[in-house]
Amino acid sequence: MPPPRLYPLGDRALVVEFGQGIDAAVNARVHALAALLDAEPLPGVVDLIPAYATLTLVYAPSAFADAGRAPYDTLCGHLRARLARLEAWTPPPAHTVEIPVCYGGEYGPDLDEVARHAGLAAEEVVARHAAPRYRVYLLGFAPGYPYLGGLDPRLAAPRRATPRRRCPAGSVAIGGEQTGVYPLETPGGWNLIGRTPRRLFLPGAEPPCLLAAGDEVRFVPITPAQYAAWSAA
Amino acid sequence: MTALISVLKPGLSTTLQDLGRYGHQRFGVLVNGAMDTWSHRIANRLVGNDESAATLEITLVGPNLEFDADALIALTGGELDARIDGRAIGGWRPLLVRAGARLELGRVTLGARAYLAVAGGFAVTPLMGSRSTYLRGGFGGFQGRALVAGDRLAAGPDADLRRYADLWTRFEAGDGAFVQPPWSVARKLAWPFDATVPIRAVPGPQWQRLDAESRRRFAYDEFRVGTDSDRMGYRLDGPRLRLSTPLEMLSDATDVGLVQLPPDGRAIVLMADRQTTGGYPRIAVVSTVDLPRLAQLLPGQRLRFAPITLAESQALLLAREAELRAIARAIEAKR
Repeated sequence: MPPPRLYPLGDRALVVEFGQGIDAAVNARVHALAALLDAEPLPGVVDLIPAYATLTLVYAPSAFADAGRAPYDTLCGHLRARLARLEAWTPPPAHTVEIPVCYGGEYGPDLDEVARHAGLAAEEVVARHAAPRYRVYLLGFAPGYPYLGGLDPRLAAPRRATPRRRCPAGSVAIGGEQTGVYPLETPGGWNLIGRTPRRLFLPGAEPPCLLAAGDEVRFVPITPAQYAAWSAA
Repeated sequence: MTALISVLKPGLSTTLQDLGRYGHQRFGVLVNGAMDTWSHRIANRLVGNDESAATLEITLVGPNLEFDADALIALTGGELDARIDGRAIGGWRPLLVRAGARLELGRVTLGARAYLAVAGGFAVTPLMGSRSTYLRGGFGGFQGRALVAGDRLAAGPDADLRRYADLWTRFEAGDGAFVQPPWSVARKLAWPFDATVPIRAVPGPQWQRLDAESRRRFAYDEFRVGTDSDRMGYRLDGPRLRLSTPLEMLSDATDVGLVQLPPDGRAIVLMADRQTTGGYPRIAVVSTVDLPRLAQLLPGQRLRFAPITLAESQALLLAREAELRAIARAIEAKR
């Protein structure tokens, strides 16, 4: 793999770019570097933001003040030493998180529409949606919101012409070629095919989110009775 | 005894903020925090707090507060009419306030936001390491929302009301609603935000993707803060900017001060309540030293940008940090 490109994002953030586009191998390197920097932190780096092909480091320039050099250059030096060890470093294995989903009915009012669009029976849509191991490429847009890779292309469905004013928290949805889960109640234009009783975001918890970038996700179909039992537990 | 503060009138949007909720952006958790961190930090210094203690961020119209116990406070940021029991008080200095006194804060007349610190800090439970309020998410700060009438805020237990010996002696000897010192942080230092000086910005990753005309306009033309601007971001009215060729971007990291360019050509500067990722071209990033000045601009106000290099921007930031340390030493010398 070619060495990553480093470039600044303003005077207190540095981007490590491993490649372009949506690519599982590139994204894996993003999470490997994040894990390496968790294991061996650089003092003065206050936040890490993984995305599809980049890891952005937010830092305090004063922590890298060095006579005659810009803090950015000093940080790049420290970072290159870490990057030199990245290829030989084995990141911790990815977690697999199972997300129970009650598909269709009041939980997924757009399931039939997605099925019609795909030319499949609703049961087949559920089976195909629950089959893959999805990869959490990144969390963003809202706290705990996963950008997932791995949707069966057959299930791609255009966004709704009129967005819903309220998509309940836990809604599992398909928008274009993407699928995701809404952690909080929010407006949205994606097709709601089911809902999970699991909380994806708990502001007081540590970590605050069920999912982390780099995790694998499986959707496990459950019945309305199981949904009710889970919610009551 | 720790101060309790009752909210009589809440003001337009008064929220608890600190230096932000860092360390959780990988989960999509927003940073939030004070918009004008310079004023926030000096307010805390004046009452002997750590700079990371929460202050009340006051937006456009201030609250009316009643003190149920003696307190050491400081008011910084934008200028506003401020009275205790009807008598005007000064900003950018410590004040000892007596139990029963009423602090009435009016409309902000210069700038957009003021900051009120209380010795000991505002005592709310930190969430993910921060006491900042995330209004849209409804968490953090005081019950995840702006203050309303009837709220009661407590100060932390570490308040040292005797911090300024002379002030304390006068406070003990008298029975007025407050005492304040004759000194304050010099206006030049307190408000290093000359509106005629452009907002400095470092070119972003897609700067070279702007067409030549747009790069020139960003550097020389005047913009206005759009009316649809808030703590999340400032939309910029004025020249529309264009890329030389359209660019499809994937969602990628953001930062405070990031200037994004949506397809309509109206640039957006991301502020404290920005999302952690965004998918628009990133044409520039406002220098950290100029973020407080941007935070004090109102919708409709004019601004210009001046592109500078990364090295220049970081040198300015280190100089500004040294300035803050000098202010902190001068405040300590008043004890």
